[in-house]
Amino acid sequence: MADELIKPDELLSQIDHRPSGAGWMDTPVDIRKGMYCYASNPKSVETLGLPNARPWNPLEDDWKLPENWQQIVHDGFRERLDKFRSFKVFMDICVRCGACADKCHFFIGTGDPKNMPVLRAELLRSVYRNDFTTAGKILGRLGGARPMTLDVLKEWWYYLFQCTECRRCSVFCPYGIDTAEITIMGREILNLLGLNIDWIATPVANCYRTGNHLGIQPHAFKDMLDFFVDDIEEVTGVRVQPAYMEKGADILFITPSGDVFADPGTYTCMGYMLLFHYLKEKYGLKITWSTYASEGGNFGFFTSHETMKRLNSKMYAEARRLGVKWILGGECGHMWRVISQYMDTMNGPADFLEEPVNPITGTKFENAKSTKMVHIAEFTADLIKHGKLDLDPSRNDNKIITFHDSCNPSRGMGMLDEPRYVIQNVANHFYEMPANTIREQTFCCGSGAGLNAGENMELRMAGGFPRANAVKYVHETFGVNMLACVCAIDRAALPASMGYWVPEVEVTGLHELVANALIMPGEKERETDLRGEPLPGMEE
Amino acid sequence: MNKNYMVSLIAVIVLFLIAYVGTQQGAGLQLVFGIIVPYLAVSLFVVGFARRVMGWSRSAVPFRITTTCGQQSSMPWIKQAKIDNPSSTLGVIVRMFLEIVCFRSLFRNTRMKLNGGTRLTYQLELFLWIGALAFHYAFFAVVVRHLRFFTEPVPFFVTLTEQVDGFMRMEVLYDAVQAGLPGVYMSGLVLLAAALYLFLRRVFIPQVRTISLAADFFPLFLIMGIALSGIFMRYFAKVDIVAIKALTMGLVTFRPTIPEGVSGLFFAHLFLVSILLAYFPFSKLMHLGGVFLSPTRNMTGNTRQVRHVNPWNYPVKVHTYDEYEDDFREKMIEAGLPVVKMPEEQA
Amino acid sequence: MKDKKKILAGLVIFFAAITFPFWFNMGKAAPAPELVLTAKAKAAKTCVMPTAFMKAEHMQLLDVWRHNVVRNGERAFVNAEGKLYTMSLSNTCLDCHSNKAEFCDRCHNYASVRPYCWDCHLDNPKGE
Repeated sequence: MADELIKPDELLSQIDHRPSGAGWMDTPVDIRKGMYCYASNPKSVETLGLPNARPWNPLEDDWKLPENWQQIVHDGFRERLDKFRSFKVFMDICVRCGACADKCHFFIGTGDPKNMPVLRAELLRSVYRNDFTTAGKILGRLGGARPMTLDVLKEWWYYLFQCTECRRCSVFCPYGIDTAEITIMGREILNLLGLNIDWIATPVANCYRTGNHLGIQPHAFKDMLDFFVDDIEEVTGVRVQPAYMEKGADILFITPSGDVFADPGTYTCMGYMLLFHYLKEKYGLKITWSTYASEGGNFGFFTSHETMKRLNSKMYAEARRLGVKWILGGECGHMWRVISQYMDTMNGPADFLEEPVNPITGTKFENAKSTKMVHIAEFTADLIKHGKLDLDPSRNDNKIITFHDSCNPSRGMGMLDEPRYVIQNVANHFYEMPANTIREQTFCCGSGAGLNAGENMELRMAGGFPRANAVKYVHETFGVNMLACVCAIDRAALPASMGYWVPEVEVTGLHELVANALIMPGEKERETDLRGEPLPGMEE
Repeated sequence: MNKNYMVSLIAVIVLFLIAYVGTQQGAGLQLVFGIIVPYLAVSLFVVGFARRVMGWSRSAVPFRITTTCGQQSSMPWIKQAKIDNPSSTLGVIVRMFLEIVCFRSLFRNTRMKLNGGTRLTYQLELFLWIGALAFHYAFFAVVVRHLRFFTEPVPFFVTLTEQVDGFMRMEVLYDAVQAGLPGVYMSGLVLLAAALYLFLRRVFIPQVRTISLAADFFPLFLIMGIALSGIFMRYFAKVDIVAIKALTMGLVTFRPTIPEGVSGLFFAHLFLVSILLAYFPFSKLMHLGGVFLSPTRNMTGNTRQVRHVNPWNYPVKVHTYDEYEDDFREKMIEAGLPVVKMPEEQA
Repeated sequence: MKDKKKILAGLVIFFAAITFPFWFNMGKAAPAPELVLTAKAKAAKTCVMPTAFMKAEHMQLLDVWRHNVVRNGERAFVNAEGKLYTMSLSNTCLDCHSNKAEFCDRCHNYASVRPYCWDCHLDNPKGE
């Protein structure tokens, strides 16, 4: 896979941001290798009971659609217009001013005009006009309308899976048109025909059955955490004891399973474990893990609202079953979009939980009063603010850090300053990337919304280019060598993107940095950080 | 040559000519273009606008999907972006006000450039914002000014607008060119210039050219046609203003009349305005109403603090803990994980 | 739904605003004003230029007159028929049209026009 991948300078040289020639409706879709993800595995589609499970290949002409697929699309479209005002309004009011055009990381990285958010939406809008508006019916092509054909469907599929639902365009749109919303609806409709990608469908099926995307079964989940317990002991001399499904614990902790499975997320996971152990030893706070609700992320969100709800339900169900006071959530991007803007509405009200209060500091998390779920960056920031953690930031001195705001915590929640506060208290060298690439204007890692597969590596690298380019700037200007983030997809995607664009920069989660600085009760003198790299001053 | 704008341009020219020729002596369609069409256009506008907005209102708002453009309300020592990530109705009102009145999101606009093929830069790009503001406010001023033809006596806010708008005196007195009387209104010129700018960017900026449809050019040409014919009537081919007001007052008092001495140019101007009104509810111009209803802007961002209710929320099939434990009980026990039911309890 | 009511209210306000001319003029007939010609004007039969021209272009003509008088010191105006007039608002125009209120103001008010002639000129130079 990697050796086939186009070289960075070649990738850059093929970008042309000045589309020309034929109108976009006359440019047929070309499903290109490296830019698309494999079709969903029928078994996964079946597990969830979603329609039209069958093997199919996007490169083949026949997508094995149901006979009446056009009717299904039409009805699905209509249903969503009635159910979502966002969709209906966004279909009607775009004036095509073009403000969004160069805001999309996929357009910046590919130059493909259909990756301009406005055209991505026009793919659906053109059909909307044809099927649902008088003007479109009368004027046809002239009115920007076109009938739903197989080619149009393929174009939808190709480009709706080249959007990471990051919402950067919606920040700049004078009407707040959110392409994520369009992509979500479009993918829902595609799912009615069984047109998902496997990198979404299989994690969803796994999550449904085993509780997490990776399909880690309960015993294996515990094995992995046990493995971290050994690693932690090696580094710190402290043996932590994570609790599992402990009834009557104070807090249930849920984080994306990516943190349990793959570097460098695993170090973040060790970070959580160290922090929880610290809080238990010092303050007697009982935090429990669950293997049933062992997934913070929610790839159901990338499938349909219904699937999102089915997966998300486990969080409240488990919290209720275990009788905890409230839920603490780990570092994840779209997980927090779901928790922040969907969970309470879908699966709430969580009246069986208490309004979250940090028992150590007495802080009431007013902003999580109804969901009863607190972000661990908020929680840790509060602990640090009240001086409840013993920290030695100098242990992170060899890390020159910048912070990547993940799309969803920034634009679907607004958690911007809490992680910065934490970083600045656990490390001494922190530099911001340029203003147009952070906070609410942050760029996606390029692999969100279920596009973190291996087969679409060229797409991912192209989409990751704007983020990587900003990292490169701080790397060259300030010598930044560590990219911190609060998202599991970031931790999975950014190392590849950094390796491709800025090889000298590594990726870390926030709580890995916290744990490196955290002075555990009874710890030995640490010589390495959690990764086994020598601490500053300990290099031989 | 671009089909999209040629078609729109030709359409506007044809519409203009239809009304112009139709009201010349001999054709005698003054009644049609002066009374029937304007009434039809206004009715279509009102009914179409209401239907479109009520159509939107009938669709549910199942989730609070605010685009948060700043720091959330968090712990008291973290400064919240109260406008960009509002947690109160007041914050939302201020956000919407700035959005609608100042085009705040457009003010953020940047232009991305790939320098030397390797380095991305994002430069503040305010021309679109300035052009859009100029266009909309000039249009608004023009509309308010025109109330002098539709009110008797003319209310103070109209005369005030006229005075402010006519603040700059531009009188040109050469033998060849004489212009500037009646006093020049800036709004008309700004409107024309802004519309021209918005048109030119659709032609010359490749990205915007790609996304532009005929439906984007048509209203621009229509508005340019309206502005041009208005400017021409005021400063060059002067028309009998008293007769025109008699006609327009006839329309708004439901005593329609066609006075003597109203020129074809006026009927063409009025026809283009009628077309604009009638076209409005069926086009992207409905952003006038839609901007108020955009769920990413008109809702608070405190979704974790105050629960939002989805009117069509329905129960879904879930994988319960009991089913999960049934699937993995043996393995869980073996790994030392707590289970609810021991295997022998299973029947 | 609460939200629907709000939208309806917004719509009502919008329509109230855009239908302003209809309800503002409710029940009023506002016919074009009648010009009153003085006896002297009637007797003169024609103005300096034909009536249709004067209706549309009088402001431009006056501006040219002012320019010629003030800048160039010329006072003679010869019209198309070769008739000679003195370029003077006070002495020529107002000589016949001495009824400013019924002649000038009626139309100006109707069309919401505020000419700045009267910033300098007395509207009734003869003091009649």
